[in-house]
Amino acid sequence: MEFKTVLFYIFSAVTVVAALRVITARNPVHAALFLVLAFFNVAALWMLLQAEFLALALVMVYVGAVMVLFLFVVMMLDINIERIRQGFWNNLPLGGLVGLLMVGEMAAVLSGRYFGLANLPPQNMPANYSNTKELARLLYTDYAYPFEIASVILLVAIIAAVMLTLRRRKDNKAMHSSDQIAVKAKDRMRLVKMAPEVDPPAAAAKEGDQA
Amino acid sequence: MISLSHYLILAAILFAIGMVGIFLNRKNLIVLLMAIELMLLAVNINFVAFSHYLNDLSGQLFVFFILVVAAAESGIGLAILVVLFRNLSSIDVEELDSLKG
Repeated sequence: MEFKTVLFYIFSAVTVVAALRVITARNPVHAALFLVLAFFNVAALWMLLQAEFLALALVMVYVGAVMVLFLFVVMMLDINIERIRQGFWNNLPLGGLVGLLMVGEMAAVLSGRYFGLANLPPQNMPANYSNTKELARLLYTDYAYPFEIASVILLVAIIAAVMLTLRRRKDNKAMHSSDQIAVKAKDRMRLVKMAPEVDPPAAAAKEGDQA
Repeated sequence: MISLSHYLILAAILFAIGMVGIFLNRKNLIVLLMAIELMLLAVNINFVAFSHYLNDLSGQLFVFFILVVAAAESGIGLAILVVLFRNLSSIDVEELDSLKG
């Protein structure tokens, strides 16, 4: 057996075991860490498929950012594990049946003669071929508009996540500078024309004469 | 030598595991989100395998865009999860019935 074949079987076995542990782990922290293991092995599989850029992007984006986010949220929430595990195995017969059916059907279709090596031989690129360079050439020419849309999607996700979790406290004494700038003088002070409360000085002088 | 069907069957197994995870973890929204990530990963393996064996880089670009959308989805999903836990003190999917749907 060729060395790459051995590597494929090792990586895929670890991936499947880690994925099984993700969905059955008691502790959500363990589930997140097993998901990291699964992502890492899939990145190695993509290396075998000569997709270097995507393998490294998977490690950096998923293992580095998304899984850290998952771990943050898992540790932030105070979850009662016993209550979560109630009735955990009740749905296994149905779920296992559907899953086995799907895998069996896919295996029956894919292990036929249409997807074998005779029909699709693996590509062997020259030594100076750069996967990243070719991807970038496509990304900035043919796929320039989808690339821009992807950046807008990320921006929308950032704003949505911040606005969803933003909490306004009632006892917050922070000043709103926009309100302060928008204040006008006539909102603060009002000049009222009214009749004098005391008599004018002329009348007071006349009273003094009488005394 | 590893043929295309090896990768496709591995992706099918991963997808089935993710779906069984959705069946099993009805009370735990976090592991539900992780199961969705597993299913997206299985789809990405399919794309990369086809891209390699058909010698067409468009498949890898689609994986790139799927990664972007999946990252946005998990970010917003976790934000909703945090707000939900703040209001309900629970991440049980069965308790999300205030819309009476």
